[in-house]
Amino acid sequence: MAFDSFSALIVMEGHGPYVWACYAVFFVLMALMMIASVRSRSATIESCRRGYELQAEKSTVAAASATSASFARVNVSQD
Amino acid sequence: MWQFFHKLGSPKWFFGISTRFMPWLLAGGLLLLMSGVIWGLAFAPKDYLQGNSYRIIFIHVPTAFMAQSVYIMMASAALVTLVWRMKLADVFVKAVAPVGLILTFLALFTGAVWGKPTWGTWWIWDARLTSMLILLFLYGGVIALDRAINDEKSAARAVAVLVLVGVVNIPIIKYSVEWWNTLHQPATFKLTEKPSMPAEMWVPLLLSVLGLYLIFGWLACVRMQTEILSREQRTRWVKEFVTKGRV
Amino acid sequence: MHPIRKKRLTIVLFLLVGLSVAVALTTYALRQNINLFYDPSQISAGEAPVDVRIRAGGMVEEGSVVRDPESLKVEFLVTDFNASVPVEYVGILPDLFAEGQGIVAMGRLNNKGRFVADQVLAKHDENYMPPEVANALEKASKAENKPMSGTAKPATY
Repeated sequence: MAFDSFSALIVMEGHGPYVWACYAVFFVLMALMMIASVRSRSATIESCRRGYELQAEKSTVAAASATSASFARVNVSQD
Repeated sequence: MWQFFHKLGSPKWFFGISTRFMPWLLAGGLLLLMSGVIWGLAFAPKDYLQGNSYRIIFIHVPTAFMAQSVYIMMASAALVTLVWRMKLADVFVKAVAPVGLILTFLALFTGAVWGKPTWGTWWIWDARLTSMLILLFLYGGVIALDRAINDEKSAARAVAVLVLVGVVNIPIIKYSVEWWNTLHQPATFKLTEKPSMPAEMWVPLLLSVLGLYLIFGWLACVRMQTEILSREQRTRWVKEFVTKGRV
Repeated sequence: MHPIRKKRLTIVLFLLVGLSVAVALTTYALRQNINLFYDPSQISAGEAPVDVRIRAGGMVEEGSVVRDPESLKVEFLVTDFNASVPVEYVGILPDLFAEGQGIVAMGRLNNKGRFVADQVLAKHDENYMPPEVANALEKASKAENKPMSGTAKPATY
């Protein structure tokens, strides 16, 4: 190790505040960016799933109404 | 070769392959970055002139290097968008522009904090610092332009043109320290020569550069996947992925 | 390649080339303003304006630093090994200020050819080394009676 003790590593002969401030800002920003990216990915997946569920509900409702009204032409979603 | 190119343009293919690479990118990136940083902070010898403040180099150089190479990658993708209209290239530009913005900000910030104890000032309007600030604004402009245009296709083209126009700034950043008198010193790493520092300083620096590169790769994959999912939610493969969890 | 794509590619490349030429010409025309500082050769050749705030950059000449014992006033010569300019400054110098070290000073050139600085910034080169190595190098160069590695390359001040 380049320093005699842990406190010497923190102080860095007076340059500690500069060095540690840089590293702190770097790691905080990187971590925030990584967490935000993962979160927005899972949020997108979640919103897709909700969209599909809504779609599925609609089509079952449509199918149910189709059996009761036998004469009407019903457009059932194809996807 | 063209077949590969077309395959690469397929969002579904990209989604599958990137999912497989992502854990490795993240693990390797974190490992390399942390070992480079810890080595640089605690074990590398101090500099004869600057003392310990030079230890900022172990994050300043990686962020500054990545800020520029992300822009070069974006410019190549923008060229592909304009000429081949490949969707994935546009997805890439949109996904990584915010990452480039953060990296450029970090390079400027760490540089300013390093400049105070060594040069005696936080900021000076020399060619290197000014061209780096222009890069920050370019990233900001790309993000803003993309948000300003609602239509996906016209946004893609406008953004691609802006990215390509801005690419002339990259050689200016790189060579500013050689073409003009600047306060900023020339590069420590050169492609053709030996680095102008001993191995116990440049090895940790190289480790953290590589680590940040891999972490960027991981970030790009995550963010591109997000963009692909929201664009392609009407397709069958996305539905299958969301409901069954595999591509 | 598809002809339409070929056409698009040519247009894009032409635009890019045109733009780079424009930027290159502009920066060439502005090169004097982009330079952060005048070097001592330019100042002694009379290229720098007198009594206008400018920057001067160069290396502090060995053995030229004279500190006033009663105030913070410092006088030294800035050199680029072709010419040197006397500089005077009152204030706290950066940690890196030393003889043989590069600096950039901001201030005015008076009509006697002296540079009166109000700010002195330290400039360092791209060479990093552990203190022990630097000491060893210095000893070696003293043994050979040559200037030490930093001053041996005037281009990197």
